[in-house]
Amino acid sequence: MDGYIIGTIIKAILILAIISALAGFGTYLERKVLAFMQRRLGPMHVGPYGLLQILADGIKLFTKEDFIPSHANRLIFMIAPAITAATAFIALAAVPLLPEFTIFGVKVRPIVADLNIGILFVLGMMAAGLYGPLLAGLAQHNKWGLLGAARTAVQFLSYEVVTGLAILAPIMMVGSLSLIDFNNYQTGGIGSWLIWKQPLAFILFMIAGYAETNRTPFDLLEHEAEVVSGYATEYSGMRWGMFFIGEYTNMITIGFLASLVFLGGFNPWGFIPGGLAIILKVSFLFFLMLWIRAAWPHVRPDQLMWLCWKVLMPLAVINVTLTGLVMMV
Amino acid sequence: METFAFYLFSILIAGLFLVTVLSRNVLYAMTSLAAGMVLISGLFFILGADFLGVVQLIVYVGAVMALYAFGMMFFDATGVVKERNTPALLVFLLGGLSAVMLVVIFAAPAIGSHVTPSFRTPQGVDNPHAVGLVLFTKYLVPFEVAAVMLLVAMIAGIILAGKKMDTSLSKISDGEESQAAGKEER
Repeated sequence: MDGYIIGTIIKAILILAIISALAGFGTYLERKVLAFMQRRLGPMHVGPYGLLQILADGIKLFTKEDFIPSHANRLIFMIAPAITAATAFIALAAVPLLPEFTIFGVKVRPIVADLNIGILFVLGMMAAGLYGPLLAGLAQHNKWGLLGAARTAVQFLSYEVVTGLAILAPIMMVGSLSLIDFNNYQTGGIGSWLIWKQPLAFILFMIAGYAETNRTPFDLLEHEAEVVSGYATEYSGMRWGMFFIGEYTNMITIGFLASLVFLGGFNPWGFIPGGLAIILKVSFLFFLMLWIRAAWPHVRPDQLMWLCWKVLMPLAVINVTLTGLVMMV
Repeated sequence: METFAFYLFSILIAGLFLVTVLSRNVLYAMTSLAAGMVLISGLFFILGADFLGVVQLIVYVGAVMALYAFGMMFFDATGVVKERNTPALLVFLLGGLSAVMLVVIFAAPAIGSHVTPSFRTPQGVDNPHAVGLVLFTKYLVPFEVAAVMLLVAMIAGIILAGKKMDTSLSKISDGEESQAAGKEER
């Protein structure tokens, strides 16, 4: 029992350290990828190829003045970024990151909490993470912030429905809510991946995932051209940084969820061992998010609602019904 | 360990809901409501009912978010709301009585020794399966009735909010805009 507790603590600390470092590295990657797609060079001055830019950004974020506007609700203003960052990491706790491996004669399962309802827990926690932008926008006594908060509520209430319905069809096929069962369902090589059986669900899940992680075609919460910086208008320094660590962690979580549920998870892929396979898949999905940011314009709020309620939700319901019919008949 | 967790969660939940009732700031009231709802799912997790815990989490996170939307429209979120409190003895008595009654009803099975469960939890199945088994055998009729009621509520909502739904908000001229905007946000 003691070994279990110590092991869990070590795993939690490792995941926290590695993923937050990766989230920081993600900002660098995003700037580089966007720059190359727009025929620029991106950050080049700090270190070789601008690699030390992350360090410079870190120093800037940590040493910047932590400013709280005078009419803001201080308590809520201060805890809002922590909600975003904390829930992003709590969600990651129920995700199996790599296959089992043995180190120093100890069998390690790289998952902090193996819940048998893993997928629901991850989605629920990511949903709770949207309280961060909502509270931030409401607490800062700023009209742009209020608009950002209103958009958070609208976007969340709509796209949560699509995420749930899209993921329901694969859940029906696997017959379990455990992410490890999803992985084991797809052991038979590339042909057994769920994406071939549920292509529509995959696309719907990715679209809803982009809306939930606040990525570009749907980043209405902090749309610079319309609402200055939305919910993050009054934030500076490390509190602002926590929002972004949360956002990038959520991007990584969505990448892991999509690869576990639809893309065969951490099963060995041809000659590639399982651990490397899932890292490759998550990296590709992460790159896809940056690619889409470079390729697509923002949508208007009414277009966002139209897309959700008149296109995606009916498609998701039809998908669930068809899956049920095929399974029963 | 579990006892400690139970008392910790209970004290926190009671405290947070007290803030919800007593605070005059909308933001504090709603935030503590949301936090309390999230902590209630902790009680389910302690009892080993993981599925119900997560359902509590997902449902109430969404529901309180809708409350925030209304709070945002009706109140100034950073200010203090002026409440009109008329101390009414009758309201106090009825509220207190129903609270006591609820406590008695839910405490009775714990105190009494003659209570046996009429539908035992099946052994060896995991959480969602156990809930599904009970829901689709013993409680099938209440389940379906609840589904019909939700359908009725949904249709009523669509009809109430659905006027002018097919015109885009950005194409309505300025005079009508404020009127239509109020509808859209619901």
